[in-house]
Amino acid sequence: MPLVSLREVTKAYPSRSRGGYAVTAVDRVSLDIEAGDVYGIIGYSGAGKSTLVRLVNALEPVTSGSILVDGVEVTGLGERELRRLRLGIGMIFQQFNLFTSRTVWKNVAYPLRVAGLGRAETAARVDELLAFVGLSDKAQAYPEQLSGGQKQRVGIARALATRPRILLADEATSALDPETTHEVLALLKRVNEEFGVTIIVITHEMDVIQTLATKVAVMDAGRVVEHGEVFEVFSRPRQASSQRFVSTVVRGVPSAAEIAVLRERHPGRLVTFSFREGEADAGAQGRLFAGLSAAGLEFELVYGGINDIRGRVFGHLTLAVRGADAAIDGALGALPAGVEVTEAHRG
Amino acid sequence: MDDLIRLLPQLGQATVETLYIVGLSLLFGGIGGLLVGLGLYTTRPGSIYSNRPVFAVLNVVVNVFRPIPFIIFLAAAQPLARAVTGTGIGNTAIIFTLSLAATFGISRVVEQNLLTVQPGVIEAARSMGASRLRIVLTLVIPEALGPLTLGYTFVLIAIVDMSAVAGYVGGGGLGTFAIQFGYRQFNPVVTWAAVIVIVVIVQAVQFIGNGLARKALRR
Repeated sequence: MPLVSLREVTKAYPSRSRGGYAVTAVDRVSLDIEAGDVYGIIGYSGAGKSTLVRLVNALEPVTSGSILVDGVEVTGLGERELRRLRLGIGMIFQQFNLFTSRTVWKNVAYPLRVAGLGRAETAARVDELLAFVGLSDKAQAYPEQLSGGQKQRVGIARALATRPRILLADEATSALDPETTHEVLALLKRVNEEFGVTIIVITHEMDVIQTLATKVAVMDAGRVVEHGEVFEVFSRPRQASSQRFVSTVVRGVPSAAEIAVLRERHPGRLVTFSFREGEADAGAQGRLFAGLSAAGLEFELVYGGINDIRGRVFGHLTLAVRGADAAIDGALGALPAGVEVTEAHRG
Repeated sequence: MDDLIRLLPQLGQATVETLYIVGLSLLFGGIGGLLVGLGLYTTRPGSIYSNRPVFAVLNVVVNVFRPIPFIIFLAAAQPLARAVTGTGIGNTAIIFTLSLAATFGISRVVEQNLLTVQPGVIEAARSMGASRLRIVLTLVIPEALGPLTLGYTFVLIAIVDMSAVAGYVGGGGLGTFAIQFGYRQFNPVVTWAAVIVIVVIVQAVQFIGNGLARKALRR
C-alpha cells in the first residue's frame, strides 16, 4: 500500500469578490507515493505545487477528493487528530521559517515539547539532531546569526525531531546558492537513505531532481500532467507542458524558436537523435555517424546535451545534415537500434 | 522660587500619585489591551481563529471608543466608573477610566505588532502539530516581543499624558499640581517644576523601554 495516496484531489479557493470565479489551485490530482520514495513535484510557479503538499499535512483542507496518509483518511479529521497526524509529517520551507525569538537549540526542541516529550528526552534528542546536521556548535546561536544553508539545516533538524515518516520540502533549496544547495541536498539524501524518510520535494530546480528524486510528477495549471520514474519523464516527456518544462532544464529536442535560430546559421536538414541508456548500446553513436558518412552525407553537431540522472545517461544530439534528400532519408531509415529520431519541419 | 521650596512636599506627593495612577492604569489597560488586541489579531480573516462576526464587533468597538478625546471620555464614562468602582471622582475613578481608554488604545498597538510576525513561522508551528492556543502563547507573542515592548513604551507615555487631566474629576498627580499651584497662582516656576518632573519620568520610561526592546530584539 502506498504511504501517501491522493485520489481525485481538488482544492479550490473562493473568489474574493462575490460573483467571481473560484480559483482551482489543485485540479483532480491522483498520485501514489510509496514509502522510501523521494518524490519530486515540478512545474512553473503558480502550477499548484505548494498547495498540493499542504493538502498532505492538511495545512489546507481539500475541497473534494481523498487523501490517505499511512492508511488514514486525512480529509475531515478534527483538530486533535490533525495535530497527531502532523507529528508524523515534517516540513521544511523555502524561507526556513525558523523562530527568530528562539535559539537553534530551542527551535529544534519546539516540536518535541509540542509532542509532549520530557525535558531529558528532549535534550538528548536535540543534541542528537544537531550533531546529525553538523550544527552542535551553533546550539546557542539565534537564527539571524546563521547563513542560509545553516538555517535550512536547522529547519531539517526541527522537521525530523519527532521522527516523522514523511518530510515535505517546499522549495527547500530555492533561496540558497548552488554550493549550499548541494550541501542541503546531500543532507536530505542521507535523511532518506539512513532514516528511510519518504520525502516529497517541490522544486523548479533540475539539480534537486537530478541528485535526489526517484520519481517525479509534473504539474501544470493545477493538474498532474505526467508522472513516473525521473529518468523516464526527463528523457522522454510525453505531454506538451512537461516537454516545455523539461526543455528549460535539460537540453533536449530544440524548440521552434531555437530551430529558427539554428536554421539561420546551419544549412541542411535539422535532425535530433535521442539515446537512452538501456535502449541504445554504447556503440550506437559510432554506428550512427559511420552510417551517415557511408551514405556520403555531410553533417555537423549543432545542438544537444548529455544528461545523467542518478547514474543513468540519456542525450539528445541535433545534427544539421546536408546531402541528397533520398540519401538522407535512406540513412535515417537504417539507424542503429534504440536511437530515436525527431526531424524539425523543413521551413 | 521660595514658593517652590515650600511646595516641595506637595510636588513629591503629586509625583507619587502620578506614578500610582499611571502604574495601575498601565497594568489594567495593558492586560485589557493585550486581550482585546489578541482578539483582533486571532479573529481577523485568515488568522488562526478567523471569525468574521467577532472581529467585526471588536473592530467597531475599538474604532468607536479609541478616538474619543480623553477629557471627554472621562466625563462620559463617569457613570460607568461610579457603577464599577463605587465612586465617580478621585484617583480610583481616574484609574478605572484611564485603564478603559488605554485598553482600546493598546489593543491596536498589540494587533499591529502581532501582525509583524511572519505567517510562515506560524505555518511551521502548525505543521508540527502545535495547537492554536500554544501557537499564540508560545510563538506569536515571543516573536513580537521586541516591537510589543516599544509599543507599550509608547502607550505608557501616552498614559502619563492622559493622567494629567485627573484634576478634572478630583484626582491628584502632577497635572493637578501644576494647575493648582502653578497656573492658578501665576507661578511659572512651580508649573515648570512639574514639567521637569514629567520630562524626567518620560525619559526614564523611554530609556527602560528601549533597553528592554533592544534585549528582546538582540540588537
